[in-house]
Amino acid sequence: MWNYTDKVKDHFLNPRNVGDIEDASGKGEVGSLACGDALTLTFKLDAEGRIEDAKFKTFGCASAIASSSALTEMIKGLTVEEAEKITNEDIAEYLGGLPKEKMHCSVMGREALEAAVANYKGVPIPMAQGELVCECFGVTDLEIRRAVLESNLKTVEEVTNFTKAGGGCGNCHERIEELIMEVRKEARDEAKSEEAPKRLTNIQKIKMIEDALEREIRPALRKDGGDIELIDVDGDFVMVSLRGACVSCAASQTTLKEYVEKKLREQVLDSLIVEEVKT
Amino acid sequence: MSDKVVYMDNNATTRVAPEVLEVMLPYFSDLYGNPSSMHTFGGQVEIAISEAREKIANLIGASSDEIIFTSCGTESDSTAIFSALQAYPEKRHIVTTRVEHPAVKNLCENIDKITGHKHKVTSLPVDREGMLDLQRYEESLTDDTAIVSVMWANNETGVVFPVAEMAAIAKSRGILFHTDAVQAVGKIPIDLNVTSSVDFLSISGHKLHASKGIGVLYVRRGTPYAPFLIGGHQEHGRRGGTENVASIVGLGKACELAGERMEEENTRVKALRDKLEKGLLDSISHSMLNGHKTERIPNTTSVSFESVEGEAILLHLDRFGICASSGSACTSGSLEPSHVLRAMGVPFTAAHGSIRFSLSVYNVEEEVDYILEKLPSIIQNLRDLSPFWKGNHSGAVGSSQCKCSC
Repeated sequence: MWNYTDKVKDHFLNPRNVGDIEDASGKGEVGSLACGDALTLTFKLDAEGRIEDAKFKTFGCASAIASSSALTEMIKGLTVEEAEKITNEDIAEYLGGLPKEKMHCSVMGREALEAAVANYKGVPIPMAQGELVCECFGVTDLEIRRAVLESNLKTVEEVTNFTKAGGGCGNCHERIEELIMEVRKEARDEAKSEEAPKRLTNIQKIKMIEDALEREIRPALRKDGGDIELIDVDGDFVMVSLRGACVSCAASQTTLKEYVEKKLREQVLDSLIVEEVKT
Repeated sequence: MSDKVVYMDNNATTRVAPEVLEVMLPYFSDLYGNPSSMHTFGGQVEIAISEAREKIANLIGASSDEIIFTSCGTESDSTAIFSALQAYPEKRHIVTTRVEHPAVKNLCENIDKITGHKHKVTSLPVDREGMLDLQRYEESLTDDTAIVSVMWANNETGVVFPVAEMAAIAKSRGILFHTDAVQAVGKIPIDLNVTSSVDFLSISGHKLHASKGIGVLYVRRGTPYAPFLIGGHQEHGRRGGTENVASIVGLGKACELAGERMEEENTRVKALRDKLEKGLLDSISHSMLNGHKTERIPNTTSVSFESVEGEAILLHLDRFGICASSGSACTSGSLEPSHVLRAMGVPFTAAHGSIRFSLSVYNVEEEVDYILEKLPSIIQNLRDLSPFWKGNHSGAVGSSQCKCSC
């Protein structure tokens, strides 16, 4: 038996906002009898563009009915733009969670909302525009991509739990696998490029190194009677020459690595390597 | 949930009969000896097992040396099918049906992986009433066929297959015949002296008021056999593992009771089932019976209600303490309705809304009346919620493209 939360049970046994709004501003119909669940969502806007009423009719299991009921409660009072931001995870969270095999019920709620908003705006339903991946349940690549990205899905089974895709004949499992790989690779690449330091050109790098030397490093060394001169920059290698008291200082190598290199890494690029060249 | 429990899910499992529990208890306490031991203390347990074996054999018209105790119906099914494949290693064809229990269906589907050999599996289709085409069955048999495995009665619809006739046909072709009879034993008379062509027959204890964890495989004398669990000399080397003594003794008692109650099952229980079925079909519009009306075990009815979904019905019934089950997709966690209903070609409008009631001798007429009082309004309330009920849901995403062949 499914372990439903009290909130799911409450919304299933006492569904809110059942029915159809006659003069609806937007109407969305998703799912089908063949697929085992279906939902009709209607909403009506008030003069200020807020959703003043929302109603649903659902064919499906307890979590499908509860998700629909929850959705209508959630969108009341919101503007269309605010309502559009609601995700399936928000619906599941509102209900205190859903069994993982039932997450597709919350996805259906969100898709009904999107369909109703598209109907209101007079545009085609965005998610229906993609490539049809799962023929059994009529799921497009766009729906799968979004579920993988938003809910961090890793396996075909998880995709099936969330979107139903792959739950029928199984012919599309390979394609789903590909989509998971693609989406996850894209996500990784994006994360990498965000983390990666911005690339410096040679001139920028040299200028920044000179800047750091002049502003902070040389004044500090001069205090102890020493000095430092920039000789060359080759890739990550920063060639310097020590001057004054530093030349004969026993701790000069420590100064070079622990102070100069550290400062340059902090202020310019953390891959820099400082080396002394004897002139 | 209600305190009251109306249990009509006896094809899932049954209550242990009080008489059965009573005979089991001493084997959990005083009579703990090992039946294999060379002392009287263990030996008395061996005697109890022999008596139980006799009672089980009596119920199905077998002799006691044809009874092998296993842990469950699934083990019995696996043992029978692997026995046949080992007996005829050169034969690589299995004939079964599309409506078998997963214990047989999934085994056959995965047999190549387990044996490392390529096998051909023919799954015979059924018609709209869940019945097999015997001519088609006969044509499916080849010289390469090692075994036929066909259930005696279907767990979801209760439909009974003509096992005697099918076994005779297999025998005439020199093919071994196995029947998963877990839903039939104890509900309809079975006499393997008469139905003399069945080679293997599976029984599950908890389907006939014995405990869970005990099964039987009947193996006809002279049938080639290979053990599935290899170990000690228990069951004459046919199934290793120390006997589940209490459950074996309980199953013996349960079989004795089943024999005594066979007439009641086929008269009073059948009448209750029929009243329930007729009552539901009469009082709820757009409802239908799944499965053959007469070729059925007496305790089972599967009824579909259009435009509503099974899990939702079950959870509403649960509030009133009514226990039943459904072939809907949502109850199993899979996304498609039961393979049995799909094989029968039950339309989607009905397959998702199927409810199975399976009765037992412990059910009474008031319980049937209680369900007949509660269920119609549950269906009506869910239909009021459904976009397909007097609605015009056209299905925008997916559905319009839905090409399910299921």
